[in-house]
Amino acid sequence: MSGIPHDHYEPKSGGAKWLESRLPVIGLIHDTLKIPTPKNLNWMWIWGIVLTFCLVLQIATGVVLVMHYTPHVDMAFASVEHIMRDVNGGQMIRYFHMNGASLFFVAVYLHIFRSLYYGSYKAPREVTWIIGMLIYLLMMGTAFMGYVLPWGQMSFHGTAVITGLFGAIPFVGEAIQTWLLGASSVGQPALNRFFSLHYLLPFIMAGLVIVHIWAFHSTGNNNPTGVEVRRTSKAEAEKDTLPFWPYFVIKDLFALAIILAVFVAVVGFMPNYLGHPDNYVEANPLVTPSHIVPEWYFLPFYAILRSFTADVWVVMFAEWISFGIIDAKFFGVLAMFGAIVVMALAPWLDTSSVRSGRYRPMFKWWFALLVVDFIVLMWAGAMPAEGIYPIIALIGSAYWFAYFLVILPLLGVIEKPETPPQTIEEDFNAHHAAEDTPGRPVASPAE
Amino acid sequence: MIRTLTLSAAVALGLATGASAAGGEAQVTDYAFSFEGPFGSFDQFQLQRGLQVYTEVCSACHGMKYVNFRNLSDEGGPDLPEDQVRAYAEQFFMSDFQAPENQDLIDPETGDQKTLTPADHFPANNTQGAPDLSLMAKARAGFSGPYGTGISQLINGMGGPEYIASLLTSYTGETKDEAGTVLYENKAYPGGYINMAPPLYPDGVVYEDGTEATVEQQAKDVAAFLMWTAEPKMMARKQAGLTGVIFLTVLAVLLYMTNKRIWAPHKKGTRET
Repeated sequence: MSGIPHDHYEPKSGGAKWLESRLPVIGLIHDTLKIPTPKNLNWMWIWGIVLTFCLVLQIATGVVLVMHYTPHVDMAFASVEHIMRDVNGGQMIRYFHMNGASLFFVAVYLHIFRSLYYGSYKAPREVTWIIGMLIYLLMMGTAFMGYVLPWGQMSFHGTAVITGLFGAIPFVGEAIQTWLLGASSVGQPALNRFFSLHYLLPFIMAGLVIVHIWAFHSTGNNNPTGVEVRRTSKAEAEKDTLPFWPYFVIKDLFALAIILAVFVAVVGFMPNYLGHPDNYVEANPLVTPSHIVPEWYFLPFYAILRSFTADVWVVMFAEWISFGIIDAKFFGVLAMFGAIVVMALAPWLDTSSVRSGRYRPMFKWWFALLVVDFIVLMWAGAMPAEGIYPIIALIGSAYWFAYFLVILPLLGVIEKPETPPQTIEEDFNAHHAAEDTPGRPVASPAE
Repeated sequence: MIRTLTLSAAVALGLATGASAAGGEAQVTDYAFSFEGPFGSFDQFQLQRGLQVYTEVCSACHGMKYVNFRNLSDEGGPDLPEDQVRAYAEQFFMSDFQAPENQDLIDPETGDQKTLTPADHFPANNTQGAPDLSLMAKARAGFSGPYGTGISQLINGMGGPEYIASLLTSYTGETKDEAGTVLYENKAYPGGYINMAPPLYPDGVVYEDGTEATVEQQAKDVAAFLMWTAEPKMMARKQAGLTGVIFLTVLAVLLYMTNKRIWAPHKKGTRET
């Protein structure tokens, strides 16, 4: 499957030959599991497995929850309490599902920032990156719609705020909002369709995950050096790689076990820590919570949304140049979606000849600042929009856009990157010689 | 760098949620409860006292529609003997015949209250417009210190019981008249004035186990009881968490050793040792 030369599956027994000539499924599984993988992958390459696990966990627990849930405005909240109190194991299934969403987003953010640091998005892996971004968008949509289902106060009023964003689109906004909600406000039609879509989207995600894996199996994995695997001969490729099974499967499972131990501790000991108490109050359209906050994983983008208020000069300029069509609210919506669009365009905005951030002395610092920026935005998004916070959020938003639109293109021109190692083998040996046998110089590749 | 990324992301999570729960300037005392922390468990006798406070005081205005009588005999909860629960359900008087949630507790022929059994739920009570208490302990956040970091919530829970106990003990005795309604000053209530008159008085209940019924004692007991009603399976949850952590830790150790062993021949340094 991949461009890296390696052994392919040869059916041996009669039965296997019979099946393989009709449906080469064993060959497919074999080639997928035995794919040559750069042997210098570090611990940031484990998040893919964690994400796959999360998707399976969410689908499995979700399917069971659906068996006991009632998508009706008068019964949804009570049916969740029924799950928590009366269904065998219902409490744990629901808490796993609820916190599983958080684990999913922790993993996806680390996965994305890993790609941004090591240049995994760069040619020839742009398609993998774009599909990844689509999966991320679906994840956000799915998580948002799932949060509506328990029909608590934050479910209800959060939905009203977020779907209200579509109302900000000029001319057609209100029509779109009504079309999305199936009514002029959040109610039974919205609950029913969100329930339907919350069940559907994960399966579309599963399909895209397969394409995502297919894409990077075609190009081969990136690795911390950003240097490509040598492909001229099988012997040479084998110096740079090891098969995915068992080397990386076991390594990834080890990491997964540790992550799950922490996750199970969260579920078992503090399952409501990441949630909001208001969501244990049944939705009441007449009472608005004093402080509507989205779940933590939306906070950075929520901060961007709120930061562009009417007194920011860019917003005033946009309003003036568009004859008032783009007002502050619509500008905020554009900025929020724009923040993800510029990230998706990273492969074409990054002009550097070197892939991995490890060999880019200036990039490293700008990237570190981006990570800090993301965390600051997350924090600012949780704060009330008053006092100093909107200014902090505005600076954070400005840096987010500047990183992708200005810094990435410019760095490729002005930065003088270091020279990456010639081969992955060289990097791998240098690393392990230094770590395992201090003081003893291990023969560097003789050739 | 990537390692710091992981760490700072985790810190950010803590700050974000801790901060979001810290809003409002109401004063909540960090009462200690037996069920806090990973190994904490409900105090059966405290829950029974709390049930008594709920029955004799709170239930006059507050319903508890998601809680079933039968759960009162749950192990790890109040753990009352089954015949006692049956007797308790039978004598429970319902005051709200209009609430839609209570229609299953009414005899359709006579329009009177049915004889309640352990299989029934506590009635809802909307007669005074008081909120249902089933989930109150999870629907409020409490002490999120130190300094609003939310670290105490990470270990002790979100602090709903602290909030409830503080609310019940923080009346100042001052009142004000607002549009014909008397509001009572309360230091723990966001906004400072609450609709509910001070419900607890010293020796307002007479505890069957002889515990002295100070206001604080009653407040803590009913707060603990409401934590149980909000999360009757908390003990099972913590048990599952502990089992899971132990199992996964052992699994991680085994996988670590497996991983070390299969990689050893490929890492030059370790091949020769």
